[in-house]
Amino acid sequence: MENKDKMKLANDGLPEHEKPLFCDARPQTYKPLGKYVEKFLNWARANSLWILGYGTGCGAIELRPLMTARFDMFRWGLAPRPTPRQAGVFVIGGYMSVKTLKRVIRSYEQMQGPKFVIALGSCTINGGMYWDSYNTINRLDHYLPVDIYITGCMPRPEALIAGFNKLKAMIKAQQTDGQNEYARNFDWYKANQKKIVKDWNMPDYNW
Amino acid sequence: MKEFIEKLIDKYAIKPMHSRHANQVFLTIKQDRLPDALTWLRDFAGYTHLAFITAVDYPEIEKIQLTYMVHNYQENTDIGLRVLLDRRQPEMISVHHLWQHVATYQRELHEMFGIDFPGSPRLKENFALEGWQDVPPMRRDFDTKEYAEKTYFPRPGRETHDPREYMKQKLYPDPKEEK
Amino acid sequence: MEHGLLISIIYAFISLSVATIWGLLLGGIMMKVVARAHGRFGPPFWQPIIDIIKNNARRTSISHGIMYFLGPVFRIAGGMGTFLFIPFIYGSMVFGNFSFAGDLFLVMYFIFFGQLGMALGAGESGHPYSAIGVARGLSQMTAFELPFALSIISIVIQYGTLNITSIVAAQQGGILHWTLFTNPLATIAALIALQGMNMHNPFSIVIAPQEIPIGPPTEYHSNFLGLLQTNRGLFNIAKLALFMNLYFGGATNLFSMLIKTFGIYMITVIVGASFPRFRTEQSIRFFLGVPTVIGILAVLVTGYF
Repeated sequence: MENKDKMKLANDGLPEHEKPLFCDARPQTYKPLGKYVEKFLNWARANSLWILGYGTGCGAIELRPLMTARFDMFRWGLAPRPTPRQAGVFVIGGYMSVKTLKRVIRSYEQMQGPKFVIALGSCTINGGMYWDSYNTINRLDHYLPVDIYITGCMPRPEALIAGFNKLKAMIKAQQTDGQNEYARNFDWYKANQKKIVKDWNMPDYNW
Repeated sequence: MKEFIEKLIDKYAIKPMHSRHANQVFLTIKQDRLPDALTWLRDFAGYTHLAFITAVDYPEIEKIQLTYMVHNYQENTDIGLRVLLDRRQPEMISVHHLWQHVATYQRELHEMFGIDFPGSPRLKENFALEGWQDVPPMRRDFDTKEYAEKTYFPRPGRETHDPREYMKQKLYPDPKEEK
Repeated sequence: MEHGLLISIIYAFISLSVATIWGLLLGGIMMKVVARAHGRFGPPFWQPIIDIIKNNARRTSISHGIMYFLGPVFRIAGGMGTFLFIPFIYGSMVFGNFSFAGDLFLVMYFIFFGQLGMALGAGESGHPYSAIGVARGLSQMTAFELPFALSIISIVIQYGTLNITSIVAAQQGGILHWTLFTNPLATIAALIALQGMNMHNPFSIVIAPQEIPIGPPTEYHSNFLGLLQTNRGLFNIAKLALFMNLYFGGATNLFSMLIKTFGIYMITVIVGASFPRFRTEQSIRFFLGVPTVIGILAVLVTGYF
């Protein structure tokens, strides 16, 4: 980060005429505001988690029961949100193919911080039953900063609720900060992402 | 069904069929006669629905086998027409003019097996794999495990069992070892 | 009400804050009511306020241009403008707000104004759903303005004034003096128009959850969205207060205001829970049909009898 050229992103995947259309700034890290202010804000963040409605794998089917009368996620302040701009929690539902990962990265980077990632199922941890497949990734934490893993194949809605409550506790205790982690290790994450997403035809940091 | 199949065999000089069910037959046909046969089946014999096209790779005999499955709604019968392609340069006549959805199957086959269908629309576009640079992944000489281990950062500590041996051990343990 | 400018500003500020908080809590209470009807617990009733704090506490936000930035500002200006010229509580020093001879027209204009600003801002965000939502919203608005305007004309003829405070004053002195009983046709036409204004089912074509997920504010986030949500509470209460004043005899104290706004909002919630969504053209045809006829009848009845 010493000189200015290093601050700019190359955006090599884009054609030349599209380069000026996109932002080339790197993600920044953010310091907490003040002890008590941040504590109050974290309380608000923890009690109003908006999930991005993007089902990436079979685990998306486990999110639907959460909205029904039986599990009722609204009472914990969770709500689905149709656009990444407004969402704060990205629930990765199970196995992720390379094609999906590309869209996931794009959506994740469009989310406004502080943002959190919950990964469901053994597929996101070590590949699960698709560990030796040619098109599904093995470890999600090489591509995105994951806050909570919920194990199972697939985890039941009760497990999801437990995971969300754990995430809330972590936010309140200020133990998790995916946005800053992503910004700090940006080069490492980007190298990993680019290693498997072969046709990188989007800006390096799309926000 | 039987007379009809004989008629088909007469018409297109098809190699002997084999069938496991009364209403399902598989026939192997010469590569260049396939569009004729499919047209005839569709327009005159009532096989109006192409259920799927699939491929099997046989590296032992250097062939790729394509199966075109057509279905007759009136008689509720299926006919699978098989073609053997050369594996080194797999190329097949496109039949997208008969059924529109064939173009999509052919796109997938092109991506997964590397079979070329000249003239098929949008054939070279990405289907499921974006920017794939390796051997087409459904070819049998492509080692998925090796590729996955090389590419996807496997998490250390994974234990893998051969399902057959593992179930044998779990369900029927060797009595001598138990003592 | 003769007092200094500073005092007026302070009173307006208090009035605005109370209205906003009550509007947000009303939204939360309705979510709770609907949840209990579904047989679940639902979010806590202060959830909208937490959401606003959270959205304003987001670390980053992106602007797509000047109009995008001004969209929420226009929206909240429209909300404030609507609210500040409606007597929130009749005869109250603090909640009486501003009043002058033709404020009913100004309020009708302000109801439209916020939507228009939002339309321009959402248009600049460039999301296709925003454009679709804006087109739907504006066409629906033109449709429900017709029965609403006819109803207003009817009560203006009835009371012979364009001042909301005078209209409220004319309705005092017993439940049978309310417009609801003295001019039921105008009330029915306006209440149907209110369903369209509140954009709940069956007129939720603007945000249409399963079609164009949330419509115009698709690209709005962080503090922009926080501002829009604040306005949702304020604007909602402004509309309810307007209807309370015009048709339900206004409110003379805080308690009756709470009860009346709650009751009027409850109509929207019950209608919304009972009907599925209209398509755009169905919704517009609906407003131009029966409600408009009722509105014309109301004008004729008050004009000739």
